Amino acid sequence: MADDYREPVSTGLAPAAALPYAEFGDRAISLEPGVGGRTMVLNFGPQHPATHGTLRVVLELDGEIVRRCDPEIGFLHTGFEKLGEFRTLNQFITVTDRMNYMSAMNNNVGFAIACEEMLELEIPERAQLIRVIMCELGRIADHILCVGLQAMDLGAFSVMLWSFIEREKLYDIFEMTSGGRLTTSYGRVGGLAFDLPDDVVPRIRDFLEKVPAVIDEIEKMLIGNRIFRDRTIGVGVLPREAAISHGVTGPMLRATGVARDLRRDRPYSGYETFDFEVPVRNDGDCFARFEIRLAEMREAVSISLQAIERLRPGPFNALDHKVTLPDKDDVYTKMESLIHHFMLTMPGHGPEVPKGEFYSATESPNGELGWLIVSDGTAIPYRVRVRPPSYYNYSSIAVMVEGGLISDLVAVLSSLNIIAGELDR
Amino acid sequence: MSREPDAARARAREIALRVGNRFVEAAVLVGEAGGTTTMTVPRDHAIPILEALRVAGFDYLVDVTAHDTLKLEEPGEERFCVHWIVHAYGLDARIHVRAWVPEDDPRVETASVLWKAALWGERECYDMYGIEFDGHPDLRRILMPEDFGAFPLRKDYPLKGRGERDNFPVITRDKA
Repeated sequence: MADDYREPVSTGLAPAAALPYAEFGDRAISLEPGVGGRTMVLNFGPQHPATHGTLRVVLELDGEIVRRCDPEIGFLHTGFEKLGEFRTLNQFITVTDRMNYMSAMNNNVGFAIACEEMLELEIPERAQLIRVIMCELGRIADHILCVGLQAMDLGAFSVMLWSFIEREKLYDIFEMTSGGRLTTSYGRVGGLAFDLPDDVVPRIRDFLEKVPAVIDEIEKMLIGNRIFRDRTIGVGVLPREAAISHGVTGPMLRATGVARDLRRDRPYSGYETFDFEVPVRNDGDCFARFEIRLAEMREAVSISLQAIERLRPGPFNALDHKVTLPDKDDVYTKMESLIHHFMLTMPGHGPEVPKGEFYSATESPNGELGWLIVSDGTAIPYRVRVRPPSYYNYSSIAVMVEGGLISDLVAVLSSLNIIAGELDR
Repeated sequence: MSREPDAARARAREIALRVGNRFVEAAVLVGEAGGTTTMTVPRDHAIPILEALRVAGFDYLVDVTAHDTLKLEEPGEERFCVHWIVHAYGLDARIHVRAWVPEDDPRVETASVLWKAALWGERECYDMYGIEFDGHPDLRRILMPEDFGAFPLRKDYPLKGRGERDNFPVITRDKA
């Protein structure tokens, strides 16, 4: 099939650095590339529909060729890291939702795991399995939307609507599980906020049985589509060395041929017991990123099904009540539990936290989501640093965009899946 | 209870000790924090030591950040501590490098010549703590507005701000 399609032709232009630069800010307009080295400065975003949020890029254009690209971020800066210095660990979990509203479950669980590693807490198997299911569903929600939007930005509107239907089903599942659709706040240090309701499990199973057909359909719609291929193959190429140097992680890194996945390399929540592949592509272009996301969704479906098979009744929270809240019935009837409840919830009390610096990372749908917690021994962390995958992924945009056409910028932006909440925090 | 495997920790520790021994005059302190090998280095030697790590195979700069020790019960040697977390894909090992930076002269050399990731990591560090990275090609604020007058993650900056939110400069159409 692939042989029928022509490879994109090189523009034949000299690389950006070889051309004489006009002063940035010079407003002279050239209609043809390279005429007199005159360039035009164009402000793209922050309210352009293709920026999906609040990204602003200042472009220096030579005709339609992007000569320089200066991304400007921070429009959604909310001070989450500062807020983290005034909230207990469990309170901060609600903040992690707001960082990545596409896959809030992964952020909740990622932060809870970082805290548990700091507190040296063992988590019961049921909680681990529920976390795996929710993380993988979050991954599907994130990737399917990204793929849909990538198609929409290139003109295939129906793919976006199909992906929204699936996302809607996933949000219904999240709502049944946690009460929240976007901001789930489902993880807790030591386990989960609630047990998984029984009637959700058939619903998840039903979703997982039907979603592969949708993924196949999206693939059929796009992978042989002439327009989609012309606009993604060879577009926005990120070389492997540049990706590693920029600290790019996740699907973007795996699209450049580096098989790094923290679920496999530093397993958490029992990922080492699941059978899954880490898909890798070598081209590093928009099409490779698209293929990686499709493949990862299929793996996510397989992992979730394996986890559902192993789900057994049991405790969903660590039984160490110096950290996790005791059962509400026990709080009303047992003195011991009442004391634990009091000690955990009152300001100035809380779990015993060791002093020191702790770094822990999990594989969120966008890449390595790391947490550096500096603890002074109180229940409120002294410093919480988020290592946001979108931030470092987005820092490499100039490499992908410079020297290409301005319309390719749209194709590149939608293939990165930049979440502005996480980018700007 | 870190998820770093023992073998990876041993490799990281070995490299940290080897690099530390090459810089005898720097008196590098190799230790462990939360399961990660740490190297506490003087700030003048931070970049040569990071470069030695880069040469030893640490090709991925995970993060550059800092913390302010102003309100810690046991303050560090200086007010700010800059952190570089580096990872080696080939060796599969992670090292956490730290350097103390004094309040009256908050500057340290840039690592952006070694890793491109430091370009944005250091900009954010400057934006939030006012730590200047000498040799950085484009050290501007990145998340806060350009004309913001303070460094918000410093511990003496209040959580609710100093009224910047209500006092943004207003530019009207006829004055623009």
